[in-house]
Order: sequence, then C-alpha cells, then structure tokens
Amino acid sequence: MQLQVFLILAATLFSIGLFGVMTRRNTIGILLGIELMLNAVNINLIAFARFRGDIVGMVFSVFTICITVAEAALGLAIVILLFRIRRTVIADHLDLLKG
Amino acid sequence: MTNVAVHALIALLLPAFSFLVLAIVAPLRRAGRPAAWFSILCAAGALAAALIAWNHGTDMGRAVMTPERALAAWLPGAADRPLASVGVLVDGDSSRMLILVALVAFLVQLYSIGYLSDEPRRGLGRYYAYQSLFAFSMMGLVLAPNFLQLFICWELVGLCSYLLIGFWYWKPEAAQAALKAFWVTKAGDVGLLIGIVLLWQHTGTFDFATLQTMAQSAAIPVAGLSVATFGIYLGAMGKSAQFPLHIWLPDAMEGPTPVSALIHAATMVTAGVYLLHRTSWLFALTPDVLAIVAWIGAITALMAAVLACVQEDIKRVLAYSTVSQLGYMMTAIGAGFSAAGFFHLLTHGVFKALLFLGAGAVIHAVHSNDLARMGHLARRMPQTMIVFVIGTLSLAGIPLFGGFASKEEILGAVWAGGFPIPFALLLIAAFLTAFYMFRVIFLAFFRATPEQDAQTMAPPVTTEHGGGAHAATHDVTVVDVLHVHDPPFVMAAPLWILALLSMAVGLYFALEGRLEATAAPVADAAAPAWLTPAAVLVAVAGMATAWLMYQRRTIDPERVAGVLAPIRRAALARFWIDDLFEGTYRIAVLGFSRLVGWIDRYLVDGVLNVVSAETLETGDVLRKLQTGRAQDYVYGIAVGLLALVIWMGLA
Repeated sequence: MQLQVFLILAATLFSIGLFGVMTRRNTIGILLGIELMLNAVNINLIAFARFRGDIVGMVFSVFTICITVAEAALGLAIVILLFRIRRTVIADHLDLLKG
Repeated sequence: MTNVAVHALIALLLPAFSFLVLAIVAPLRRAGRPAAWFSILCAAGALAAALIAWNHGTDMGRAVMTPERALAAWLPGAADRPLASVGVLVDGDSSRMLILVALVAFLVQLYSIGYLSDEPRRGLGRYYAYQSLFAFSMMGLVLAPNFLQLFICWELVGLCSYLLIGFWYWKPEAAQAALKAFWVTKAGDVGLLIGIVLLWQHTGTFDFATLQTMAQSAAIPVAGLSVATFGIYLGAMGKSAQFPLHIWLPDAMEGPTPVSALIHAATMVTAGVYLLHRTSWLFALTPDVLAIVAWIGAITALMAAVLACVQEDIKRVLAYSTVSQLGYMMTAIGAGFSAAGFFHLLTHGVFKALLFLGAGAVIHAVHSNDLARMGHLARRMPQTMIVFVIGTLSLAGIPLFGGFASKEEILGAVWAGGFPIPFALLLIAAFLTAFYMFRVIFLAFFRATPEQDAQTMAPPVTTEHGGGAHAATHDVTVVDVLHVHDPPFVMAAPLWILALLSMAVGLYFALEGRLEATAAPVADAAAPAWLTPAAVLVAVAGMATAWLMYQRRTIDPERVAGVLAPIRRAALARFWIDDLFEGTYRIAVLGFSRLVGWIDRYLVDGVLNVVSAETLETGDVLRKLQTGRAQDYVYGIAVGLLALVIWMGLA
C-alpha cells in the first residue's frame, strides 16, 4: 500500500474530528472530536515513520498517545466542574466571553 | 574696579542687604521700629556711598564724569563675549539719578517712621522690607549697564509699586488700585520687552555702551528700528504714566503717602523718562517715534493739568500734577533735548517729593485727604505751610525756586525742537499748574475761617463734592482744628531738607546759569528772548487767578465752573479714558472671549463628540463578532488556516 492511502485516511479522520468539534453542541462530543483529530495526527506520524524507515516518528506517537490520555482526563474533569457550576454542558450556553 | 564703581556698588547692595535681612530674620521684621531704623541706616549708607561715587567721579561736580563700569558675566554668549552681564554703569546721568533715588528713599523712610507711627509692628516691618527692596531695584535700574538688567529691575520696581500701593491690602480700593497699577504698567512692559528683543535682533547686543558706539558710528540698520524704539517707548509710557496709560497713577494714591512721594512722584514713575534719556542716541535714529513722544507728552501734560484743577483730594491733585510734569519731561525728550527732560526729572524729584510729604503731614494731622475738610491750616501748621509753599513755587516755575530753570529749559527745548503746538499746550499747562497748586494752598492753608465763609456764602451749598469750586459749610470744615499741629521732628526734618534743596537748586541755577554738562545749551541758545518772561508771566497769572477765585473770591468759582461746564464735566469723568478702557475690555476682550468660548464649545467639542460617537457605534457593530462561543472561534481558526493553506499552495 502506498503512503497516500494512509494520509488520505488521516485527513478524513481529521476532517471528521474538526467537523465534530465545530458542530457538536455537547461539550463531551467536542472532546471526542478532539480525540479523533489527535489520532489522525498519530496515523500521519506512524505512516511517515513506516515509509521513511525512521523510528523517531513512532516514538513520537507513543508520547502523543500518553499526552492525549492526560488531555482527555483533564478535559473530562473540566466538563464535570463546568456541569457542577453552570448545570449545563451545552457549548452554546457557555458564552461568558460574549462581547 | 575703580573707586567710583565700588561706591556705586555699595550704594546698590546696601538696600539689598537690608531687604534680605528683613526678609529672612523674621524676629527683626516683626519688631517694627528696629527694622525701620535698620532699613533707614542702610538707606543712609547708600546715600553716602552715592554721594562719594559722584564726588569721586566728577570732582565735586566740576568735571564731566567718565563712565565707569563693574560687570560680572551672566549669560554666556558667542565668541567669549557674554550675552548679558550684571553690574553697574556709572556715568554722569546715572550717578546724579542715583543720588536722587538714594536721597528721596532715605528721607521717605525717615519720614515714614512718623507717618506710620500708628501702624502695628508687623506692618511696619513689612513696609520697610518693601521699601528696601524698592530702593535696591530702583538703583539697579538706574545703574543698569544693559537692557536686560534694566528690564529685570524695571519689573522689580513695578512689583514693589504693587506691593506698596496695596500695603493696606484690607482696603478694597487699595487692593484694586495696586492691581490696576500692575496691569496697566504691565501692558507697557510687554512693549518694552518686545522692543528690547527686536533691538537685540537688529544689533546682537543688549549692552548700552556697545549700542551707543554702534548708534554713533551708524552701524545700526535703521530699517525697522522704529518698531523697536516704539516698543521701548511703550514701556516708558506705562511706567511714566503717559496718555493713555496714565490711568493707574491717580488710583495709586491709595497707598501710604510716603510711598506716593517716593515711588509715584520722585523715582519709579520717572524711570520711563530716564530710560528714554539713557537711550536718546537710539531714539535720535527714529525721529518719527520722537515726534510721537513729544506730542503725547504735551497732550498728557495739558490733560493732566486740567484734571488736577477739579480734584477734591489733595493727593490726587498732586498725582495729576506728577502726570503733567512727566508729560513735560517727555515732550522735551521728544523734541530731541533729552538732557532738558532729565534736568527737570531731577528738580521735579526733589520738589514733588517735598509736596507729597507736605501733603502727608497735612493728611496725618487732619486725618483726611479731602480738601473740603481742610482750611486755614497756616496758623496751626506754619512749618508745613512754608515748605508746601516752597514746593508749590518750585512746581509753578517761579524764578529762584527749583523748578524754574528746568521748566524754562524744557520750554526752550520744545520751541527749539520745532514743535510750536506742543509748546503752546505746555504753556497752557504751565498756567494751569500754577493755578491748581495755588488752589490747593488757598483751600488748605489760607481759606477764610468758617465764620467768614458762612457770611459770604449764603445759603450754604449742600452738594459738597460738586467739583472745582466748592463751598465750605460749618459741619465739614476744620472739625478738630485744635488737634491739628505741625508734624514731629522725623517728619519735619525731611520736609525741611527737601525744601532747602529746592531753594538751593533754584538759587544755584539762578547764579550759575546751567547744570554743567547735562543741560542743553543748544536748546537755550535757540530759545527766543521772550521765553523766560512769558513763562514767568503765565505762572504768575495762574497764581493770581487762584488767589482771586479762592482767597479774595472776586471771581466766583461756581460761575467759572458754569462757563466751563463741558470741560468740567469731561474732567470730572476723567475724560472718559477709564470708561474707554472698560468699554474696550467689555466689547473687545469679553466679545473675543465669548467667540472663543463658542468655538471651543461647539466646533472643537463638536468634532470630538462626533468622532467619539462614531467610534462607539463602530464598536457596537464589531462587538457582535465576539460571540463568546468557543466553537465560533474554532470555526474562525479552521477557515483561516484553510485560507492560509490555499494561499500558500497557490503562491
């Protein structure tokens, strides 16, 4: 298989994630979208590492996965706190920065 | 430094020392009398130093003094020559003027001890501190070697004048008069400053000696010089109370009488005349300005003399008389014979100080300035009467008295200078001078007793402050005549010294002819032979008229007033000059202020208001972009990134 196939897969995954981030009204859904986008990046890293024979990309993706885990935990914690304070997790209602 | 310069410096710095001590050592100032005696001592020292300087320089007046200078560089200038220096320039004129200033300052300070005997201690200390400061400033002005020091001292004497006119600052009239004096002279001072700067622009120097050399070798470009000299004349006009800036001087009489004698008769008001005399070589280059000086001087002399005839306040008569005499001096300067004007300045300083101090003695005794409250004082105050008459005869220009020679010199100078109409004005003013001064003498000292008055004047006139002529009624005349007496020794001594000096000056010139080098023999040579008899005749006629009107009452003053009603009404309104200034202020200044206010309120503020409103509106529109929803921002980032990528891909 060619590199392009993996790249197209990653791009598709990234776009789906971005679409989710932009359109989901639920904050949890937005977090899920972010996870998708991060994983699309991981696919890219591994694909390049595989086709270029460079082990660094793979090591890098391991780091990314670790950080993603931490990020997901942090994000969920924020969402829970948000729910406790505002009694909602709908993103449209969280517009304190409105000018 | 030469002996002369050293002594002039001592004369200059002694009053400064006295002022500093009185200003810094508060206990001494608050002690009152000790402060006064300290200041008087310093003034006496200054007088002695001034006399020694003059004596050294002129060998007892026998030789012409060579100018001596003692300078210290002040502002650095190009090419090793200081832009401005401070110090003293002693020559024939400044040494004479220095003696006059020191003499009158000393005598006035001595006299003030008696005159202000009722003053609280603190007030007395303050008074003497101001007096010392004034003596220093005036001497600094007289001895100034350049325009810059002259201007500084010029402003300082103005300040002292303000402080001393407003010495009784709790009196609203005094406070207002002080302000008026300050503002009106300040108006002229602006002209002086402009003139000095313009002159500097023309010549590159402030120094009198350098300027004089340049002027005499025709090194000063004449084009545009008139503006500079006219500016300098404006300063002199304000200080020396020339029409139309004379309005402050009569009001300045609200100050203590010794102050009027020193500042507003003998010294400060003559600073303008002195300045013009000092720079006469400069004014000689601009004859058109000199002609203005002569005409305004003559107009001032006549106008003030007319005004003096209708005053009811003894000090105001003297104040207008001073204005009139300053007009004389200015006319002589304008006619090109500044030495004649300066000569009159010196003699006038002596006898006018005498008259003011004499009037002060009367006021001190009667406790009023009003001529109506005086009368028949000759019996009660014989000494005062004698010295006052001596001063009056000097002022009227009677031969053998102080003012005769100098007045005749001026008339001769004006005639020789080719100003026949100003000459005629001055001659009329001379008649009026004798008239109004003898009116004061007859009203204050020799008027018939109230009993006789009541017989001749039936029915009693009730409008007391009617004007030139006035009737005495029982209740207002000589109320407490028993308490009226001659002044104490400290006041009488200065009076006698000045009176003897006035006589001595008159006798000296009657015997010697002329004041050696300063007087203008040229003027005299050109004067016609009928001048002296004419001048004397005019003065005697004025005296006789006053005698007939106010002593013998052969001519009824009321009827004369009726015949001259328009002039009298105008004179009582001070020729509407004060009103003119007020009207100008109301129309021009207030109108302009309103216009500026309108522009500021509606145009300037309007533009700003529109700009701010527009900004707010734009902001209101733009704020909608900030939704506060995180997803909108992500949308923006994504679209932006996409656009960036596409753009880079295309490029």
